[in-house]
Amino acid sequence: MIDSEALSGGFTHPVFQSQSAFRMLMDGMARPGTIQTVATDVGQPEPLRTAAGAIALTLCDHETPVWLSAGLGKSVVGEWIGFHTGAPLTREKAEARFAFLEPGITPASFGLFALGSQEYPDRSTTLVLEVAALRLEAGSGQKLTLSGPGILQSREIWIDGLPDSFSRLWIDNRALFPRGVDVILTAGRDLLCLPRTTKIAA
Amino acid sequence: MTELASYNFAYLDEQTKRMIRRAILKAIAIPGYQVPFASREMPMPYGWGTGGVQVTASIIGPDDVLKVIDQGADDTTNAVSIRAFFQKVADVAVTTHTQDATIIQTRHRIPEQTLREGQVLVYQVPIPEPLRFLEPRETETRKMHALEEYGLMHVKLYEDIARHGRISTTYAYPVKVASRYVMDPSPTPKFDNPKMHMYEALQLFGAGREKRIYAVPPYTEVVSLDFEDHPFEIQTFSQNCALCNAHGVYLDEVVLDDKGGRMFVCSDTDNCEDRRAHGHVGEMLAQDPPLGKEAAE
Amino acid sequence: MYVAVKGGEAAINNAHRLLADRRRGDRSLPSLTIEQIVEQLGLAVDRVMAEASLYDPALAALAVRQSRGDMIEAIFLLRAYRTTLPRFGASVPVDTAGMQVERRVSATYKDLPGGQLLGPTFDYTHRLLDPSLLEDLPVDEPARRPAPDEDIMRVSDILAHEGLIESDGEFPDDHEAGDITREPMEFPMPRDLRLQALARGDEGFLLALAYSTQRGFGRNHPFVGEIRIGEVELEMDVPEMGFSVSLGRIKVTECQMVNQFKGSAKAPPQFTRGYGLVFGQSERKAMSMSLVDRALRAEELGEDITAPAQDEEFVISHSDNVQATGFVEHLKLPHYVDFQAELALVRRMRAEIATRNNDGGMQEAAE
Repeated sequence: MIDSEALSGGFTHPVFQSQSAFRMLMDGMARPGTIQTVATDVGQPEPLRTAAGAIALTLCDHETPVWLSAGLGKSVVGEWIGFHTGAPLTREKAEARFAFLEPGITPASFGLFALGSQEYPDRSTTLVLEVAALRLEAGSGQKLTLSGPGILQSREIWIDGLPDSFSRLWIDNRALFPRGVDVILTAGRDLLCLPRTTKIAA
Repeated sequence: MTELASYNFAYLDEQTKRMIRRAILKAIAIPGYQVPFASREMPMPYGWGTGGVQVTASIIGPDDVLKVIDQGADDTTNAVSIRAFFQKVADVAVTTHTQDATIIQTRHRIPEQTLREGQVLVYQVPIPEPLRFLEPRETETRKMHALEEYGLMHVKLYEDIARHGRISTTYAYPVKVASRYVMDPSPTPKFDNPKMHMYEALQLFGAGREKRIYAVPPYTEVVSLDFEDHPFEIQTFSQNCALCNAHGVYLDEVVLDDKGGRMFVCSDTDNCEDRRAHGHVGEMLAQDPPLGKEAAE
Repeated sequence: MYVAVKGGEAAINNAHRLLADRRRGDRSLPSLTIEQIVEQLGLAVDRVMAEASLYDPALAALAVRQSRGDMIEAIFLLRAYRTTLPRFGASVPVDTAGMQVERRVSATYKDLPGGQLLGPTFDYTHRLLDPSLLEDLPVDEPARRPAPDEDIMRVSDILAHEGLIESDGEFPDDHEAGDITREPMEFPMPRDLRLQALARGDEGFLLALAYSTQRGFGRNHPFVGEIRIGEVELEMDVPEMGFSVSLGRIKVTECQMVNQFKGSAKAPPQFTRGYGLVFGQSERKAMSMSLVDRALRAEELGEDITAPAQDEEFVISHSDNVQATGFVEHLKLPHYVDFQAELALVRRMRAEIATRNNDGGMQEAAE
C-alpha cells in the first residue's frame, strides 16, 4: 500500500520551477561555494528537506537510479521520488546516478559510488548530502577554504554538521580526477555545490 | 489526419531538458571534457546551431533576456532565425545589447565587451573534438583524452611551424582547460582565445550533430597551446574600425568596389553601435557629413 | 557609402513567402491532395516514413508536399515532428512469420512452401515510358488469390530447422532494445542499435556500400534467402492487463540474406545472416541494409576489416542523411570571421616571401 504522503507535494508548475531550480544548480556548480536558496515548497516527506527535494524533482527520472541512505530508505522518501519522477531506487551505490544522504551520516568512502571511467568520467554519482547549516560568514561550524575552477582566488564557507570524514574523503576523490563524484550540500532550503574540481583546505 | 502537437515551453520536452541539464552539470564539473548526450532532432538543420539551441532551450526561463549572434553580428540571417525561434517557443525577451543579455548564444565570436558574473555564453559547435582532424575515429580520440595523450596535437602544430614558419591555425585554435583537457573553442578566430581565460561568465558549448556538451566554468584557466620558441599570438589589425574607430577589436573586411577598395569594420556590431552612440567616429563616417554630424561629439 | 547589412528578418520572411509561392506553382492547376500523394506516390511516402522512423502515411505525405518533393527535406520534417512525440513504451517485436504477405521471393529455392509470390514489383516491367499514363485511363482491378490459412514460413526457418544457418542473435530474452534517438551513440555498437541506424540510414548511401561489398570491398557471398513485403501486426504488452493488445498493422519489407558460411574443426559450418527490415515497401533499401549489416558483423565473425562497408564507425557515423545534409549545407552560412583570419595570414605569409625575395636578390625563395 503506497503512503499518501508519497503522492503529495511536487512542483505546482513543473516546467518553470524545475527550470529555476536547475539554474540554481547550474550557477552553484559553476561557482562552487556560493549558496543558493530554493524558495518554493515542494512538499517532500521528512527527513528529506526542501532543497534536496527540489533537486530530485529537477534532475531525476526513469533514466537515473537513485540511492538513499539508511534513514531516508526507511521513510517514504523513496516512494515520493519514485511517484513524482519515475526514478528507480537502487541498493547498489555503483548504479546510482544520484544519492541522497540524510544529516549525520558519516560515509566511510565515496569509492563505492559510481566514479565514472577514465574515458567517461561523467558517468559518476552526484551525492546530495544534507547538513545542518551553510554559511558565508564566520560563525559556528567547520570553516572550509575553497579554490579551483569557478572561484576567483578562494572562497570561505562555514558548515554545520559536515561529516568529520568529509575532508579526507574529498582528498581521495580529488586524487581520482577526472573521475570522481560531485557533491551538493543541502541545508533546508539552501544548497551549495562542490564539483570534483574544487580544492578544499580546512 | 493526425492532430499536430503543440510544443512545450522552449520547444524541448521536460525529459529531454532533464537529460541535457544533467549533462551540463557534469560538463561544468569536468571542465573541457565532452559529455555525450542524446541530442534531439531539432526543427533546424544539423550544423546550423542545433547543439547551442538545445543548450539554450534547457537553461532558459521566462525571466531571461536572450541575445543571439553569428559572426559577431545580431543581424546575420541565422542569428535572426534562432532568435525568432526562441521568441516563438519561449516568448522570452531578446536584445542586441551584450550587457542586457542574461544568455548569449554565439557562433564564431566572443563579444568584445567583457561579460559579468551570472551571464552565460552558449557556443554553437560544429566539431567538438579538437583531435578530430588528426584522428577521425572517436574510439581513438576518446582514449587520447583518457590518457591525456596530446602529443599528436603538438606534432601537428609543430609541422605547421616547419612548413610555414609559424603555427598556421587561425581559428578553432586548441586550448587546454584547467591544466587537463585539450578543448576546441569552436571556430572562433584565435583572436578571441585569450578572452576565455579566467572569464567572468559561464561558457557552455553544444554540438548537436556530434552529440556533445562541454563547459568552462567562470574563473578557469584556458591556455592556448604553443611552444616556447613559438608563443601563441593573436591577430592584429593595422586599421581601426571605419565606423567607430575602435582599435584592438576584431574587424571584418568589406569590399567596396572592384578596384581593390575595401574598409574594415567591427565584427561585433553591438559594440560598434555602442561606441558610435558614445561619440566615437570612424574614418568612413567622418568623411560623410550627413551621418558624421549626428555622431559628432 | 557602406551600408551595414540590416533587415535579416525581412529577408527571411520574403524568402519564405517566395518559397510558398514556388511550392504551390501555377494556381490555375489543382493543388495536390494528401490522399493523392499517399495513394499515387506511395513509395515516396514509404521512404520518408522509413528514414524518418515514423509510421504515419498522411504526415509523410504532408512532408512530401511541403518539401516540394525533396525527399531528405521531407524526412527531416517528419523527424523533427517525431522528436516531439511522447513515448508510451516499446512494442512487442513484430513477427514477420505471421505477415500477411503481398510479395515474397526467395533466390535460394526454386519452390518452397507458400510459393514464390511476385506481388507489385517493377522487376519485370520493361522500362519504357508509358504514354497511356499521360491520360487518366481506367486501371484494371488486380487479380487476387484467397489468403492462405497458414502462415508462410520463412526461408531462414527452413535452414535453421536443419541447423544450416547460425542462430538469430545472441541477446537474452529480457534484452531491451536500445534507441539511438534517445541515447548518445557509442562505438562499438550492439547490433540492435546498429540495425536501427541502418533502418533509418540513407537509401543511396547504403545502396552504394552494399554495391561495394559485391565488387570485392568486403565480399560476403550473399544469397537472397527471402524478401517479403506485407502487413504485420503491431502489439504492445500492457502489464496491468497481463496480455498484449494490438495497436494495428503496418507494412514492412524484410530481407534475410544468407551469407558466407563459417565453421571450424569443432563447430560444423553454418551459413551466416544479414538482416534488413524497413517500413513500407522498399526492397532496395532492405537488401542494401542486409548486405551492410552482414559486412558490419566482420569483427564478430572473426573476419579481416579491410573495406569501408565493414567499418562500423565510418558507416554509422555517415549514414544519416539529415545529419549529413545539415553539415554539408551549413558551409553556406557566413564564415567570414574565420575567412578573415585565414586571409590575413595568407597575405602576411605572401608579403614575407616577397620581402625575402627582394632582399635576397638572386637567392632562391626558401621553400
